[in-house]
Amino acid sequence: MIEILRNVGVVAALLVVCAVARADETRAFLPVVPPASKGDRCVEPTDVMRREHMRFLMHQRDDTVHGGIRGAKHSLVGCIDCHVQRDAQGIAIPVDAEGQFCESCHGFAGVSMDCFGCHATVPAEDPVSTALPPWMVSPAVSMAGVTSEAIE
Amino acid sequence: MMAAAKKSLADQSRRRFLVRAGAAVAVGLAGGVRFIDFPAANAASGPVSSAQRWGMLVDAGKCASGCDACVRACNDEHGITGHGRPQTDAQWIRKVRLRDATSGRETTLPLMCQHCENPPCVDVCPTGASFRRADGIVLVDKHTCIGCRYCMLACPYKARSFVHENLTDQKPWSPRGKGTVESCNLCVHRIDEGAGRIPACAEACAREGHQAIVFGDLNNPASKVARAAAEQESQELRADLGLNTGVRYRNL
Repeated sequence: MIEILRNVGVVAALLVVCAVARADETRAFLPVVPPASKGDRCVEPTDVMRREHMRFLMHQRDDTVHGGIRGAKHSLVGCIDCHVQRDAQGIAIPVDAEGQFCESCHGFAGVSMDCFGCHATVPAEDPVSTALPPWMVSPAVSMAGVTSEAIE
Repeated sequence: MMAAAKKSLADQSRRRFLVRAGAAVAVGLAGGVRFIDFPAANAASGPVSSAQRWGMLVDAGKCASGCDACVRACNDEHGITGHGRPQTDAQWIRKVRLRDATSGRETTLPLMCQHCENPPCVDVCPTGASFRRADGIVLVDKHTCIGCRYCMLACPYKARSFVHENLTDQKPWSPRGKGTVESCNLCVHRIDEGAGRIPACAEACAREGHQAIVFGDLNNPASKVARAAAEQESQELRADLGLNTGVRYRNL
């Protein structure tokens, strides 16, 4: 009798260990997405954004580029404004840097992003992007401001 | 032949049906029924329309030789930085010096995209990336630009640049990236705000006290630029090409 109880106890303990290990494994395999830095909710429910954000962005980009419609709901600039993370000095970390909002999921899913070849990765008001451009600081890389060219 | 004619008739009746269906939908919309929720546009303005035509009048007589405030302002506004390679560095606006060979008289003027009504860059673009917005601004949709640079060859003003390098620290309002062509966009982000802000170059020129660049809506007879163009003679660069440019010059 005692032996049976002991065996049951061992099996139960093993099951608990397995369950815990599985839970740990699952957690380790999901991307860790940093929380939004402002606002209490997104422009759409989270599950909708996860599935549809690329379509929202694609639709709105055409409205903006061709129709001049700005400030609408699904804006890439809006994503970055809310989801950017800051380091200890308060400097914004690019959203496409490793482990950051965009990269964490895209890296996990193995889907490349083209957005940030052109688009800013930190908000406008940040010291990163409002710093003096290099050509104003160093004359060595100054743009040729006055170019002479004769149209005669 | 008969079959083709029958098919075409069938097409026409289908077409009539679609037109009527469209009209029914339009009536529904007019009655306040909305099938699709249109995106909330900037303030109340909605998509841009041809009611406006944005343009500039540049007075070369007021453009100071040696001043490049407009160029610096443009570079600053759009985050344009050089790589120390003037041959290929992006340039949205540049100062051009004209010299009369006989008298030796020199004039300087800022030269940028002339925002043509009939833009050769749009004609030649194989992907439709180079386009003219309804309000007259000629732009590159960098999402569809494949970087073939045909538009750069077609432009008689050499107004366009190609981005050869990977870029970082772009301005959120002015996305720019490697492999695409770009040019003056008349500071379209400022225009779209609808708050009457003028392009960075015109603002900088006024700040320097030269007032050589007047910006505004050419279609609005009350606008400063339309009044200036009506009162004084002005000319297009290469008017012989019949492009009807949105940027006009005087005192060349």
